[in-house]
Amino acid sequence: MIVIEHVYWLIGAFLLIATWLNLRDRRWAMAAFWVVLASAFLFGNAIQRAGANGARWPAQLMGLGVIALGLLAASGKMQIARDSEGAVSVRRANAQRLGNRLFVPALAIPLVTLALVLGAKYLRWGTSTLIDTAQPTLISLGIACVIALAVALRTTRASLPQAFGEGRRLLDTLGCVAVLPMLLATLGSVFAATGVGDAIAALVGTVIPTDDRIACLAAFALGMVLFTVIMGNAFAAFPVLMAGIGLPLLVLRHGADPAVLGAMGMLTGYCGTLLTPMAANFNIVPAVLLELPDQYGVIRAQMPTALALLAVNVVLMALLVFRGH
Amino acid sequence: MNYWPLLGVAAVVAGFMLKRSPVLVVVIAGVVSALAAGMSIGDLLALLGNSFVSNRALLLFVLTLPVVGLLERYGLRERAQAWIAGFRSMTLARLLIAYLGLRQLLSMFGLIDLAGHAQTVRPLLAPMSEAAAASADASIDAATRERVRALAAATDNIGRFFGEDVFLAFGGVLLIQGFYDRQGIHLEPLAIALWALPTALAAFVIHAIRIALFQRTLERRARREQFGQASPLLDAGDPGRPLE
Repeated sequence: MIVIEHVYWLIGAFLLIATWLNLRDRRWAMAAFWVVLASAFLFGNAIQRAGANGARWPAQLMGLGVIALGLLAASGKMQIARDSEGAVSVRRANAQRLGNRLFVPALAIPLVTLALVLGAKYLRWGTSTLIDTAQPTLISLGIACVIALAVALRTTRASLPQAFGEGRRLLDTLGCVAVLPMLLATLGSVFAATGVGDAIAALVGTVIPTDDRIACLAAFALGMVLFTVIMGNAFAAFPVLMAGIGLPLLVLRHGADPAVLGAMGMLTGYCGTLLTPMAANFNIVPAVLLELPDQYGVIRAQMPTALALLAVNVVLMALLVFRGH
Repeated sequence: MNYWPLLGVAAVVAGFMLKRSPVLVVVIAGVVSALAAGMSIGDLLALLGNSFVSNRALLLFVLTLPVVGLLERYGLRERAQAWIAGFRSMTLARLLIAYLGLRQLLSMFGLIDLAGHAQTVRPLLAPMSEAAAASADASIDAATRERVRALAAATDNIGRFFGEDVFLAFGGVLLIQGFYDRQGIHLEPLAIALWALPTALAAFVIHAIRIALFQRTLERRARREQFGQASPLLDAGDPGRPLE
C-alpha cells in the first residue's frame, strides 16, 4: 500500500538532489538549508515514532534544525543565481514545435490526481487498497507528479537530470519562502501550546458588553479576522474564539444556532486569511512564484473582495444565527 | 492568566511590519512565546521539532516543480499565451470567472489540491490571463501585467477557500463538528457544510464583479489610447465635449 510517508520520502529525495546540485555550485548556505529541510521528510516518521516511545532527542534535534533554518534564511547568503532560463526565442521555438502537446503533462497533474482520488477505493494491491484511503488526495497528488514527470520527459525528450535541474531552479527561486508555510503552521502549534489563545480570549472578555448579542457577534467576527490575520490560519483562530466568545456568550446565553455560527464564523476567518502575509502558502508563495516585485501583491489583489465579503458575511450571520428568536 | 506569551504575537507583528526575513521572524516568535510561557529549552526544542514535522504535508507542492520547470523550459507559458490569444472571444473576465466557478465547484467536492499556485496558476492560469488581458489592451504595461498575475492568484485562493467548507469531509467542517462534540452539542457534518453555501455564493458574486470591473478598466484604457491616437484633436479624457 502506498502511504503518505512514501510521498514524503520522495520530497526528501528531491530536496537531497537540490542540496547536491547546490554543493556542486559551491552555494553552501542554500545547500545547508535544503539538507536540513530534507531531514524533516526523510526522518519525519522516525521522529514521531521515537516521540511516541518517549525518546525526545530526535524531536529536539529537529527543533535545533528549525532554528538553523531561521538563521540561514536571515544570513543573507541565500541569494539565488540569476534565473538562467533558456532564451525567450528558444522557448518560443520549442513552444511552436511541441504545440498543444505541452499541455498534456501540465494537465496530467490535476487529472491523474482526480482519477486516483475517485478510484482510490477500487485500486487494490494484494489484500489492501493501493492507496491509503486515509489521505487519498495528497497521496494521489504525489503519484500524479511522478506520472506527469514521465509524460513530460517523453514529450520533450529531455533527460531526468535536466528535469531535476529545472525543478531545483524553481526551488531556489522560491528559496526560504518555500518553507514558510510549514514554519507558520509550527508557530500556530506553539501559540496553542503556550496559551496565547486563552490570553487573548480573556482580554476580549473584559472589553465587550456581553448583554448585547450584536456586540458579541461583532466581537466574535472581528476576533476571528484579527486572530486569523495574526496566526495565518482560521483553523487556529476558531477554537480560541469559540471557547472565548462563541460558545459561552452567543450559543449558550443568546441562543445562536451552533451550526450556522460554526460554518459562517469559520468563513469569516477565511476573509482574514486573504489579508495576511502569515498565510504564506496562499499569499506570499504565489507572489514569488509569479515573480511579482511586491511581495504583498496578491494580498492587495484580494483585499477589496475580502473586505466586501466580510461585511456581507457579518450581515448574513446577524440575520441567520438568531433565526429561532 | 499568563499574558507574557502574547510577546510572541508582538514579535510576529513587529517582524512583518519591519519586513525582516519572515522565516527568522517566525522562528523568533515561537522561541519568545515558549520562553515567556516558562518552557524549558528542552521542551521548547521538542515542541518546535514535533510541530514542524507534523506539518510537513504543506510542502507537497514541491513535487510539482520538476514537471513545471521542465515544461517551462520547453515553452509551456508561451504556448498557453498563444493558445488563449487564438480565441477572439476569450476575455480576461470570462477566463477568470470560469476558473473561479470551476475551482469553487471542485473544492466543494473535496478536490482541493487539484489546482493551486504551483500546479495550475503559474504554468497555466497566469500566462493565459496575461494573454487575455493583452487582447483587451495591446499596449499593456509591466505594472498592469503584474496586477493581472496577482488577480489570477487571488482568484485561485478565493475559489478554493469559499468552496472547500461546503465539502463534508473537509478538515474545517470536522474541526467545527469536533469542537461542538466535545462541548456536548452533537451536529451532523452536513448541517454545518450547508451553511457555508450562502457565503460561497456571495464570494463568487463579489469577486466576479471585481474581475468584470478590472476588465472594463482595461478596455476603457485601450479605447482611450486608440481614440487619442486616431483623433489627437479631441480631448481623450472627455469624449462628450466635441458634440457640443
